[in-house]
Amino acid sequence: MPEKVTLVVSSGELDKALAAFNIAIGAASMGMEVSMFFTFWGLNVIKRNEGGIKSKGIMRRMLNFMNRGGSKRLHLSKFHMLGMGTWMMKRLMKDVNFPQLEELMDMAKGMGVKFIACTTTMGMMGIDKEAFIPEVDSFAGVATYLAQARDGKVNLFI
Amino acid sequence: MKADETLDCIGLYCPIPIYNTANKLKELEKGQVLEVLSDDEGIKEDMPAWCKVTGNELLGIEEEAGQYKVYVKKSE
Repeated sequence: MPEKVTLVVSSGELDKALAAFNIAIGAASMGMEVSMFFTFWGLNVIKRNEGGIKSKGIMRRMLNFMNRGGSKRLHLSKFHMLGMGTWMMKRLMKDVNFPQLEELMDMAKGMGVKFIACTTTMGMMGIDKEAFIPEVDSFAGVATYLAQARDGKVNLFI
Repeated sequence: MKADETLDCIGLYCPIPIYNTANKLKELEKGQVLEVLSDDEGIKEDMPAWCKVTGNELLGIEEEAGQYKVYVKKSE
């Protein structure tokens, strides 16, 4: 039985997402079974980059306009500076041959890392399954997380 | 040290060297030795940790002018 790792990704910021996928890929490379639970702002990491996000009602439409999400739209938690800081950090990553977030996500997927989206946040924010990348494995709630975290050797909240 | 295959991870940072090592080792037979080249100092700590968890054998780490040659024997 491989050891289990669970990561709760509650943040929708680039640096936090990079850390989460870095750990996920490391754990998968060490033969561990990894599940990533995306909740609240963390859902932005796994939203698709193309097209619009549909939702009903003025408040939810406004929220999803302001909070479009998608791996390519994430900001740094610090020094975003209207995009200039984030752009620069991506350049620095390229400079040291560090993969961009989308590449890390592909690598994680290729190693069998599971992506799970939180349905409570989806309901609250009024977004449905079609807002997400096809790599999302399942849509679930806290019981699913806890059932896996119980057996987890490493459980992190990011 | 003699190796059956060499994996070049020069210029790559964590977690790419261990990710590449994990994938490369899948191509090797049990008992074969992989040489990993790296210039990331973290490899000195990371590769022993990776070997410990995955059950592969770390044969040694050679350091020369900021570059590391790490020897991993496929045991699992």
